[in-house]
Amino acid sequence: MKTKKTKLKLVKDKNVSLGMVLMQARTFIALFVLTIAFTILLSDKGINFLSPINLITITKHVAITALLGIGMTFVILTGGIDLSVGSIVGICGMVAGGLIHRGLVLPMFGVTIYYNIWVIVLITAVIGMLIGLINGIVITRFNVAPFIGTLGMMYIARGFANILSGGSTFPNLQGDPALNNTGFQFIGAGKILAIPVSIWILLVILLISIYVAKKTPLGRYVYAIGGNKNAAELSGIRVKKITTLVYAFSGFCSALVGIIIASQLVAAHPATGETYELSAIAAVVLGGTSLSGGIGTVGGTIIGAFVIGVLADGLVMMGVSEFWQNVIKGVVIIAAVIFDQLQQRMKSKAAVATITAERESA
Amino acid sequence: MPVTRTDEVILRAEGIYKQYPGTLALNNVDFKIYRGKVNVLVGENGAGKSTLMKILAGVEDPSAGKIYLNGKEIQITSPTEAAENGIGIIYQEMNLFPNLNVSENIFITREKTDKTGRIDSTYQDNYTRGLMEKLHQNIDPQALVSSLRIGQQQIVEIAKALSQETEILIMDEPTSALSTAEVEILFNIIDELKTHGVAIIYISHRLEELLQIGDYITILRDGQKVAEEEIESINLEWIVRQMVGGDEKEVFYDENHTIGDVVLECRHIFLPHESGAFAVNDVSFTLRQGEILGIYGLMGAGRSELLETLMGVHPEATGEIYIDGKEVKSTRIGERIRDGFALIPEDRQREGLVKTMSVLQNMTLASLFRLAIKGVHLKGSTEEAEAQQLIREMSLKTAGTGVLVSSLSGGNQQKVVIGKSLLTQPKILLMDEPTRGIDVAAKGEVFSIMNKLVQKGFSIIFVTSELMELRAISDRILVMSKGCLTGSFLKHEASEEALVKASAVGHLTSNQRTK
Repeated sequence: MKTKKTKLKLVKDKNVSLGMVLMQARTFIALFVLTIAFTILLSDKGINFLSPINLITITKHVAITALLGIGMTFVILTGGIDLSVGSIVGICGMVAGGLIHRGLVLPMFGVTIYYNIWVIVLITAVIGMLIGLINGIVITRFNVAPFIGTLGMMYIARGFANILSGGSTFPNLQGDPALNNTGFQFIGAGKILAIPVSIWILLVILLISIYVAKKTPLGRYVYAIGGNKNAAELSGIRVKKITTLVYAFSGFCSALVGIIIASQLVAAHPATGETYELSAIAAVVLGGTSLSGGIGTVGGTIIGAFVIGVLADGLVMMGVSEFWQNVIKGVVIIAAVIFDQLQQRMKSKAAVATITAERESA
Repeated sequence: MPVTRTDEVILRAEGIYKQYPGTLALNNVDFKIYRGKVNVLVGENGAGKSTLMKILAGVEDPSAGKIYLNGKEIQITSPTEAAENGIGIIYQEMNLFPNLNVSENIFITREKTDKTGRIDSTYQDNYTRGLMEKLHQNIDPQALVSSLRIGQQQIVEIAKALSQETEILIMDEPTSALSTAEVEILFNIIDELKTHGVAIIYISHRLEELLQIGDYITILRDGQKVAEEEIESINLEWIVRQMVGGDEKEVFYDENHTIGDVVLECRHIFLPHESGAFAVNDVSFTLRQGEILGIYGLMGAGRSELLETLMGVHPEATGEIYIDGKEVKSTRIGERIRDGFALIPEDRQREGLVKTMSVLQNMTLASLFRLAIKGVHLKGSTEEAEAQQLIREMSLKTAGTGVLVSSLSGGNQQKVVIGKSLLTQPKILLMDEPTRGIDVAAKGEVFSIMNKLVQKGFSIIFVTSELMELRAISDRILVMSKGCLTGSFLKHEASEEALVKASAVGHLTSNQRTK
């Protein structure tokens, strides 16, 4: 009688864990299904969805969301949110574009300085980081809720992006050999080993981020802050400092995206990056990161970004209207969160089950 | 007092169980409530009092068990249903809306409306005024709740419960935040309620208070009912004995500790409090190597604040701290950890554990500065080895280092917190109520761990509200009251009486009240 009971329980446990595995891999499965579906559907139209050229194009698109998503993942892991990333993309594109197009004008000295492209890239990245740093300081030192603080920064950065050019575009960013500032297109259009530079940038940032998240105290602290701020504080973690750092990193990632887009277009437009923050958040959520903090992975975000990218590009190729694309995107995001809730419930059920089993066997 | 047999049981709970992930909070508990009487419920922290009350108030569902009201079985699945059955509760933490006025609070969710759906505030205010008159209280129905003193807010809570025709009123630690005068008023109100036939369930840690106000007493220990008596026939010692359990002494390891030189000296520690007073008021003491120094006091005596100050949680604190004769100048928690302090916080869930992380990650969290290679790279095997060793030493029961810490039982979770502080390689352990909310066996294990630690040369400062524990394990006992040190005893000279007396200095509570 007793053995029978334990056996039953074992079987039940197995079901729970199989379900959990499926749940945890759900985004990956979704990506897989989407890819297969588009491959079959598009082959009717004579398009090879899995051709290397197509895959690289999709990845290039994905890289934009993914880079923003990586920065966003760390922010959300601490329990925060960053709504300003799209605007930072915009302002950083304008900073880079302005420095190439008309240089740094210093009226009091009557000179205009033109920098080398790589110096410009560096300056732009630092500016993105500083804007993130301001976000972090506003949130941690002045106790402004992350949602509000970064919402404000979203408007401020977008405003300055327009102010820089009076609302117009900085065109022709090829540079001038006479000014020694050519070569900007390389970031957006260049290739190394047949792979676009933007994908290399994504790879480098991704690998560093995964390492930091998994193998360094800093990464562990980020998870701890999101999981329990009080306990983190009492463990000697400098919660404010690390939270600030995380927003600065998100700003840095946004700056990279701003540079990549300006380079791809060989022009900088102040409205670039509008609503990008939402795709980034969607990628993070699809990747299984909990908006309440403490749970999630950078790798998950990349898969989430791919789901969004494959869905978007596939639907475009299918000829689905943009309006319907939005509807589908929205449904996918909500479905992902519903699955997330189900997973949480399964987990806590499993926890109670193990404890009850322990007690019964004791 | 009337004879017991004539008292009528209004509510009876039978065989109540409540299972939480990690703990069995209630284990086959029976509870009887008499009409028009004060039914006292006591037990140590974590004994299950609050859980039982939440079940009666419909906030939590029992895992098993039955509840009878006037002999009829009832189901209480929501606070509204509890109210319909005449059960009201006044929580330990106030449940009022500070931004609304008194009558709005009293009528919340039951607003009196006219035909057009508009709230009839004149009626509400008049009704509230009537209630306050009945309670002999002068509280303006239109006053914002945030403008009232704590004691007055409590009266509003009571009035709110009464307005719902409450027959059974649960009071969870009603006096913990009240001044002596306010306690007096509360007791008068309770007498008033009794004459109206309201049954009161009264939970408090202030045992003397219970003897004054109570009629019947039920004692819980570790989720089980251990005794039920009329207050008339018992005394304080009996309550303490029942709460702690007769066999408690046996699980303690009453060993002699070898005590060495002074490791910690604190001089004139002050910690300012929002109210303008001091949470810690000019506290000076020393701690020797291998010593367990117990600190006793009532809630709010400043014990936790003292430990937090040592830990660097309050940068605004002043005073001198010396470890091994060298002054501690650091101000941050991280630096204090490196100086040799480690805190095991009072509230394990809120301050000790990160529930989203594994056992291993929790244990190493405060020591990553030491474990990471060049402060950057974390090697899985190093972390694993250190955690495994502690798991063995403390006989921590876990399915592995990778499982979520929230899946462990309370006692094992506490061992994770202790393990976390040990991994920082401290000299001085600051333990704030380390046995709160864990079962008797786990308590014994925690004490044996403490004894082992001092033998290894650690020094421990140990805060507890439980006298038996304190006297069994401490080498020396300090008593705090209202932020000040009010007593210092060696182990053998610390009688319960002396400790309790010292802890009440500056309080002069309801002792004067004659029944």
